[in-house]
Parts: sequence; structure tokens; C-alpha cells
Amino acid sequence: MNTHAACSDPPVSSALRWACGSGALDAVLGGGLERGRVHEFYAAETADAAAAKGFVMAVATGISQRRGAVLWLRSRRAITLGGELQASGWAELGGTPGTGLLGTVADTITQLRTAVDALRCPALGAVVVEGWGAMRELDLTATRRLALTAAKSGVPLLLLRIDAEPIPSAAQTRWQVAAAPSHALPGQAPGLPTFDITLLRQRSGPAGFDWRLEWDRDQRKFRETAVSGAVVSVPVGRPVADPGTGSPGPHRRHAA
Amino acid sequence: MRIQEPDRPVRTAGTPPETPLVFVAKSKGALVLRAVDRHAQNQGIAPGLTLADARARQPDLLVAEMDDAADRHWLERLARHCTGWSPLVTAVPPDGITLDIAGSDHLFGGEAGLSAQVGEGFAAIGMTVRLAIAASAEAAQALVRHAPPCHALLPIAHEDEAVRALPIAALGLAEDAALALRRAGLKTVGDVAARPAASIAARFGMDAVTALRRLTGEAATPLPALAQPVPLHFKRRFAEPIAHQAAIAAVFLELLNEAAQTLEQRGLGGKRFALALFRSDGARHRLDIETGLPTPDPAVVLRLFDERIAALADPLDPGFGYDSITLFLAAAEPLAASQPALDGTQADASALAELIDRLSTRLGPASLCQLVPQDSHIPEQAQLALPAIHSRAPIRWPQPAAGEPPLRPLFLFDPPQPVEVIAQVPDGPPHRFRWRRKLHEVRLYEGPERIAAEWWGLPMSQNAEGQITAKGGLTRDYYRIEDVRGRRFWIFRHGLYHEKPTPGWYLHGMFA
Repeated sequence: MNTHAACSDPPVSSALRWACGSGALDAVLGGGLERGRVHEFYAAETADAAAAKGFVMAVATGISQRRGAVLWLRSRRAITLGGELQASGWAELGGTPGTGLLGTVADTITQLRTAVDALRCPALGAVVVEGWGAMRELDLTATRRLALTAAKSGVPLLLLRIDAEPIPSAAQTRWQVAAAPSHALPGQAPGLPTFDITLLRQRSGPAGFDWRLEWDRDQRKFRETAVSGAVVSVPVGRPVADPGTGSPGPHRRHAA
Repeated sequence: MRIQEPDRPVRTAGTPPETPLVFVAKSKGALVLRAVDRHAQNQGIAPGLTLADARARQPDLLVAEMDDAADRHWLERLARHCTGWSPLVTAVPPDGITLDIAGSDHLFGGEAGLSAQVGEGFAAIGMTVRLAIAASAEAAQALVRHAPPCHALLPIAHEDEAVRALPIAALGLAEDAALALRRAGLKTVGDVAARPAASIAARFGMDAVTALRRLTGEAATPLPALAQPVPLHFKRRFAEPIAHQAAIAAVFLELLNEAAQTLEQRGLGGKRFALALFRSDGARHRLDIETGLPTPDPAVVLRLFDERIAALADPLDPGFGYDSITLFLAAAEPLAASQPALDGTQADASALAELIDRLSTRLGPASLCQLVPQDSHIPEQAQLALPAIHSRAPIRWPQPAAGEPPLRPLFLFDPPQPVEVIAQVPDGPPHRFRWRRKLHEVRLYEGPERIAAEWWGLPMSQNAEGQITAKGGLTRDYYRIEDVRGRRFWIFRHGLYHEKPTPGWYLHGMFA
């Protein structure tokens, strides 16, 4: 059934791909992240929620090319758990909060219905659905409907899942996102946003790669900061830190 | 009230601001000055001169053509603006407005208070006005046009005297009649009024007497009020209450089409629609929808009403049927002319506006927001989420400096979440902290960024050492922090050590 579905996929109307900036990643994706598709992003842990949201915001900024508005849909629960979206932080990631839209919904059904309607509007640059917990309503049928609508209008849907396990879906790509230590700036200041991402699944394409990416807001591109594949990701149960945690040295696996 | 229009739109950036500006119109084959600005007046150029004469006196003139239609339109807009002071307002072309202030002046502090307010109101929009108050509309207009400026605001007692001192031109007669009066040696209104009315009528015509009687307040003319727009109200009453869904839908569609026709005739688009359903047992339902841009299209409105009905907590119950249905347009605006660009950007903009309308109707206007900057450095007050349906202009957010890491978090907690912090020195940055029962080891930090309370908004007090502190608002020291796992936080210490003995630590935001 899946193969059949893949064959009958309508071609993306604006056949555009956004090259994310990292050569290896773009090569795996066949030239970049496709517009007019559903892309899923799973936060590795609940504590990685902020990193996942930041990563999705960066992707939305890049894939919308700063032309169309970005619609971010979240539930009231997401605001309680994850805080309120800040336009200043949005601008700090290179986005255009002035044109952005922020939708607050009561439940998942409304969120998905709103997302379908929004995807029909070609004026949008990207639609982001921020979901917390297992969304039972978001099954294969629902994602398939979203994917078809997205393909018709060419608007990408970024589906962000926090505190959730991957389930079968009609998404084009599925990613896992975790926070990663940044390159320290002079004076031991935290550096650019850095993420550890894993391509869990790609429709009709290779998957299972790890990258460590840094978001360059001025170029609106990702930059690879470690050799792809060759690096082990941060072990989850790692004992935290030696006393001299002020120094960046021991934790920078990617030291040049 | 007499108005001089602002001369801003004619001036371009290149000309010096002191260049005299004149407005000309063609009269008997010559270009004649019809209106001049202050600088031209100062140089002795007055309306009535031909343009050639004016150029001879002052070669450096800025000439614009008179646009009577635009002036009339502007005067009408100003007259509507005046309805705030009195309900009965008339525009007197080319440059006058009459307000019937009987019974409304006391609301603004009497005649003097009202005149001051009107003067200020017009000065604020860049207009120069001359004001006069008199017993009749004609007298007020004549005083404002022909009396010397010092006579503009008179006590009632002197009004009659002032009117009598006006020149013959104040009667507003045809040119030959005025000339005849002047040739007969009658120079002022008072001269004419002193003669018997019968002889004036015999020699100079009935018009002269009528004008005189109006000016002296002996005969009153009704003041034509400004035309008020007819409310857009569409109603159906039924002999038998209707309860069938299909019948109600049909009537509603009929009302919408009727409204669309009227809107089209007037060149308007509806912005706020209300549908009132009157049930036969007296219950009344009201549904409101709103669009961001004015729309003339009944299909769009119908879709929005469908959204609205679908979003109702309890569905509409026709009960024994509705005996009347009313569609009311609470707000309608002129449709802006639109021309789609070649790349279809116009279509995009209207598609987005339609989406905003639909989602705002479904989720409620407050649930679809745009973020608007606020002039505050307190992080949680730096933005305001305004309903997207109400804000149309693109909002500008300051762009961060290139090459810097993000200095403001993407998400803020409201309220900030308390954390347990261990710092190496009391005034120093956190060393490790516990948030949501998890210990985070600090790897990198930057700070403090000190954000003080807004002292101007808070009562002040002096503490024991004599330092002035803002009461209730403590200074916050913000640190940008990254833990060993690479998670980035925004943490602040609430209060300096001299403000508070044991300041608490809070996690305020999360970076990407």
C-alpha cells in the first residue's frame, strides 16, 4: 500500500528544494529539503524541546526563503510547558517575525484542521505544527491528508513532535533533533545554536545519518561542525561533568 | 469657519520652503491666481492677479492648478470631522463650514471653549482656520470672510454692530447688484439696513432685502445637514416561522446577495457582518464575523459564517422557527483598487488575508496573532500579541547585528520558573543549577546583562543606606548559559545583593 501511495504522489507544484547548506546532508536529501512536503522533527528528549523548536524555526526560516509568512500553530499546553514564542528570539534566528503568524489552538483536531486549511494557502512560506505528547489523532491517514494538501500548494509542513515516539506517517523525512554543545566564543560565551540531528527515515531515499549542525543566521544556512557519520552522538546517560565545567575543552569532541 | 488648505502635497523636496505657492485657474483666457499661500501674501501677491502679473513681481513662483473637485471632497471630509462638535454641520463651498452649535457648545466649555477646541483640532491636521460665532449661519459666514481678523470672536452684544460694519460684499449678491449698491453710496451693510426695505427692494431687487434680512438674523434659513450614510440593513420577515435548515440557508443567501448588490453600487466592501436570527418565542441569536480586508464577495462571507456556525459551542436551535432574519453590516469600507502584479503577488496577499479571516473566525480573533514590538526593555513586556485580523501593516522588528550569537531566547516562560542555583561567588554566574528536578552543569556562560526595573513606573523608596531603589521592581542580572549537554538557557538573579539579602534565581527563557 505504501509503495502504491508513493507512486501516486502528485508532483510538488513548485518543485523547489532548499539546500540547507551542509553538502553531505543536501546530497543525502537529493539536493535539499523539499518544499510542499511534510517533514517530521522529533525532539530526542523532552529536555531537547527548545533545541528542536529552534531547529524547526531555523528550517522554517530557510525553507520559506523569508518570502512567505510562517504560521506557527501550538496548543495552550505547549505554552505552559515550553514558554511563549518571542519575536526577538525569532529575529535572532534570522526569521521575519513581522510577517509571521502565531496560532493558538485548543486541541489536536483543531490544530490539524487548521494546518490543512493553512496548507491550502500558497501565500504561506511554511506551516509549523508544534505537538506535545502522543497525538493520537495524527495517524497515517491524517498525515497523508496533510501531505497531499502540502504537495498541491507547495507549502511545506514542519511537524514538530516533543515527548513522542515516532509512528508510521506519510512524511517525506523524519528527523531527530537534540541540543549539542556549541563552539565557545571568546570569554567562554555560548556560541551559535548547534544541533545534533539524525535522519531517521526518508521516503525513497537513504536514512540513518548523523550530523552536527550549526545555524548561521546571517547566511540562513546550516554549517557542519563535525565529520558526518564518523562521530558518536552524545550518550544519553552520560555522567555529567567534571568540576572544571567552566572550561570548554573536555566536551568539545569536534575540536579541530 | 473658513479654511485654508494645507500646501504640503504640492511642494516637492527640491524647492526651498520659502518659495511662494500659488494656485491658478483659467478665467477668460488668462491664468488667474485663485489662492495663494502665506509666503506669497507676504510678498504682495494676492488672489485675483493674473499669473503673468504675479510672475512680474516675483519670478520665483511655485504654480499649481486649482482642483475644485478635490477641494470639495476635502471640505466634505473636514465637515464630517466636525460632527464631533455638533450633529448639524454643513459644508459651504468653496472653503467654509457652518456648525449649528445651539445646545452643543456647553459640552465644550461654552462658545470660547468650543472655538479653542475647533482651532486646536484643525491646527493639529495642518489647517489654518478663521472662526466666528453669530446668531445666524449667514452672519457667521459673512463675519469670517469679511470682518477684520480682530472681530473674529465677539460677545453677543457687539455682534449686530459688527455685522452692520461689514462691506456690501458680505451680502453675497451678484456683482452688478453689489456695484449698484456701492454706486448709490451704500458702503456697508449698516447703510443698507438703515434704509426702508421697500425702497431697497424697488431699486435693487428682492434679493438684496432677503440677503440683508438673513444677515441681520430677521429671516432664518434652515441649515442643510450633511447626508448621513444609510445603514446597511437587510431584513426578511416571514408570515410563517421557518425552521428548515434549507429554507434558512436560502434566505440567508438571498440576504447576502442583496447586500452584495448594494455594496457593489456603492463601491464598498463589508468588513463586519452580523446576522440576527429572531425566533418565534422571542429568543434571539446573533452571529458576528469580521474580515481583515473589506470584501464584496458573498461567497467569502458565506464561508466565514459557516466557520462561525461550526465553531459555536452549542449549535443553533431553530425551535419552532425563526420569524425574522436580519443581516447587518456594522462596518463597510471603500474597496481599494487592486491590480494583480505579473508574478501574482496580489493574489498571494488576498489569499493570505482570506486565510487569516477564516482562521480568526474559527479559532477566535485573539488566537491568531501577530507579534508587535513594544517600547520596553523588560523582556516579557517587549512584545504584544495582537489579533492578526486587525493588524495589516507589515511590522518591523529590529534585525540583530551580524556575527553575534542569539542574545534573546526563542521562548520565554511566563512566569519565570524558579531554579536552585549554586554559584561560586555570591555575585557571580551560576555554577550548576537544578530545574524541573534535573541538575544542569554549566559549561559556558555570558553575563550578566543587567536589566533594571522601570523606575518611572514605580513608587520610589530609599533603603537603609540611603540609596534610592525602585520599590517592588528588583534589578535582574541575566546570564546566557549553556550546559554540558548543549542546552542553552536564559537565567536571571532577581535582585542585587544590596536590594535583597537572598535574591532568588529564575529560568526565564530557552535558546535554540
